[in-house]
Amino acid sequence: MTNTSNENKEVLPTGEDLGGAKQEFNITVYTENQIGLLNRIAIIFTRRKINIDSLNTSPSEIDSIHRFTIVINETEDVVRKLCRQIEKQVEVLKVYYHTNADVIWQEMALYKVSTNVIAEQVSVERLLRENGARAVVIRKDYTVFETTGHREETESLIKILQPFGLIEFVRSARVAIIKDSEGFNAKLREFERLEPGEEVIENEYLNQGQKVFTM
Amino acid sequence: MEVAQQEIPAPAKTKETVEVSGSVALLEALIAEGTDTIFGYPGGAIMPIYDALYDYNEKLNHVLVRHEQGGIHAGQGYARTSGKVGVVFATSGPGATNLVTGLADAQIDSTPLVCITGQVFAHLLGTDAFQETDVINITTPVTKWNYQVTDANEIPEVIAKAFYIARSGRPGPVLIDITKNAQIQKFNYEGYTACNHIRSYRPKPIVRKQYVEQAAELINQAKKPFVLFGQGVILGSAEQEFKAFIEKAGIPSAWTILGVGAIPTDHPLNVGMLGMHGNYGPNVLTNECDVLIAIGMRFDDRVTGRLDKYAKQAKVIHLDIDPAEIDKNVQTTVPVWGDCKETLPLLTELVDAKSHTEWLAKFNDFTQKEVEAVIHNELNPTTEEMTMGEVIRVLNELTGGDAVIVTDVGQHQMVGCRYAKFNKTRSNVTSGGLGTMGFALPAAIGAKFGAQDRPVVAIIGDGGFQMTLQELGTIMQTGVNVKIIILNNRFLGMVRQWQELFNERRYSFVDIQSPDFVRVASGYGIAGKSVNDRSELTPALEQMLNHDGSFLLEVMVTKENNVFPMVPQGCSVSEIRLK
Repeated sequence: MTNTSNENKEVLPTGEDLGGAKQEFNITVYTENQIGLLNRIAIIFTRRKINIDSLNTSPSEIDSIHRFTIVINETEDVVRKLCRQIEKQVEVLKVYYHTNADVIWQEMALYKVSTNVIAEQVSVERLLRENGARAVVIRKDYTVFETTGHREETESLIKILQPFGLIEFVRSARVAIIKDSEGFNAKLREFERLEPGEEVIENEYLNQGQKVFTM
Repeated sequence: MEVAQQEIPAPAKTKETVEVSGSVALLEALIAEGTDTIFGYPGGAIMPIYDALYDYNEKLNHVLVRHEQGGIHAGQGYARTSGKVGVVFATSGPGATNLVTGLADAQIDSTPLVCITGQVFAHLLGTDAFQETDVINITTPVTKWNYQVTDANEIPEVIAKAFYIARSGRPGPVLIDITKNAQIQKFNYEGYTACNHIRSYRPKPIVRKQYVEQAAELINQAKKPFVLFGQGVILGSAEQEFKAFIEKAGIPSAWTILGVGAIPTDHPLNVGMLGMHGNYGPNVLTNECDVLIAIGMRFDDRVTGRLDKYAKQAKVIHLDIDPAEIDKNVQTTVPVWGDCKETLPLLTELVDAKSHTEWLAKFNDFTQKEVEAVIHNELNPTTEEMTMGEVIRVLNELTGGDAVIVTDVGQHQMVGCRYAKFNKTRSNVTSGGLGTMGFALPAAIGAKFGAQDRPVVAIIGDGGFQMTLQELGTIMQTGVNVKIIILNNRFLGMVRQWQELFNERRYSFVDIQSPDFVRVASGYGIAGKSVNDRSELTPALEQMLNHDGSFLLEVMVTKENNVFPMVPQGCSVSEIRLK
């Protein structure tokens, strides 16, 4: 990805020009653990006919706070508007979005192939070595491999295994860690106060100072 | 940050508990939140709540409507005139699905509601039980928040959250679905505690002085500043703060359809209505001003017309409580987010006292042109047939602008909002964002319950009236005093107007027949009259207003009249047509 900015992208107004082409964005949403919230977040995308490429929900660094990782391919302008709509939901604590360059991300994939074919035609060991894969299960009738990595890495192993009769393939949703983040603990303590401080919704617009307007 | 005002006398938590049912806990919560009126309709899955209500007759006035949609529109009307949270009861299944139109309407028009729906027993959820619908998922896109209660212990806390969410920040509808077992279940009730904080929910953004300063600087340098105001001013009870601001800065101000009445119609800085059928000057001069100050409005497409030709020359200052509205449709130069009741006084302090006399005169020039081309003929027609506008003119003369005007959707709505005179805030109730035909009659009933000391006049078209006319039964049973004016042009007028202008007069299914409305009203014991002749108009309106109780007045108006000015769809606001 071309954008190598390491800034944390907040979802409050910036006034900067947000043109640009579509690219992959990783949206991180910190939420309460509430039934129905997944639907509330999902319909923000579907209402606008925007496809979700990947969606993962998991616990976060804080007990009781959930973390969504959502991947979409859109322009930054659209992503920012979506994030503001998500943050508006009552049970959402905070939303961030990042380009792929701003996060460390991984996806896990599983591949099932016939053990006979593998044993006869290709050295399992070589496959594992060359693709960073490991065998999870080796049975008489089938073998299951696992790789973890970026999209291209998990995809390349599909191509390699296809000629040997790939029986099943599945890939997990993306999980992403934000490079420039100190976690959510301090923020949460602010949220729990009746009158949170300004740093809760710090935003880069303030720092633009003189660029705000000219007459 | 200031937290929402808590004026609710919450009983102190004591260690002594009483055993009550979920239903009783619900009703106690409503009373603690200051609810006096409930609009509802009973049914199987909400019967335990209605059974408890039987003993609360003196504390809670339940208005039995004729359809759940009528109930929720009444709740909306009540909320809009009273400034309180409207409360609506409905049963599961069809009762709940009948609320959906009203929820969508309240969501887009930011109306605070708490809707309680009954639900089948928790153990039956997902079994396609009788009158079971997935109400939570159906209503998710059209509620600010919703929640399903399956255990009575949750009720006090959930209702407290529901009211807090509905009324705080940008208000909106909340739906609480309560399974029948939770309504019946007895639990140890510890009293009611109002909610004033939810850690994941920030109702108001923190006011940032920097932005206020930047906004003031822009305004002080402006030669042609222009204020657009919306319902945010009314929802924030910031009418006085708003008036002080525009008067000090001397800025001409135009309103969205939901902002009307925030300042009186005859205020010298009130230059009229924005948007598709708004006034000539405000639309044209949007594309001439140098600083556009939007206050509590959301740049709806009916206000902006074509966005890429909207106020491109102007610096835009946007005051809004909802950060998601900033930059949503129009790119902002300075966002002043926060509650305008807090931000406006800060801004007023920093702006220079000015009077933009020449600039204001420009609006008045456009007004003169509009009067000559449109308004004079609409209000004082020389044609044999009456116009909608002249009915509103006579009504203004008789009420002096003190009435609450409730309008439905269509031509009469545009005419009503353009020409009705408003002296006070919270005087206009209309379906702005959703454009819900059938809104006015039930909303007028609710509006009257919300403002019992004020005259309430519903202005409705012949089409919209037939969508919810069953609520005449509610008027009959409650004896609520609502004046109903049907402006009958024997057409679905707004669609007809578009078909005339844009579809070569191919009048496709807009020719609507109506019953004898006066006889229909009479069947419900409501007095009525129909007038067809100009000489009868003033006496009939006088009779209606002076009548002790509800009255239905049908006025036959020109069949094929068009609402002008008009910004045709896809055109810029400065391309507004006078004919």
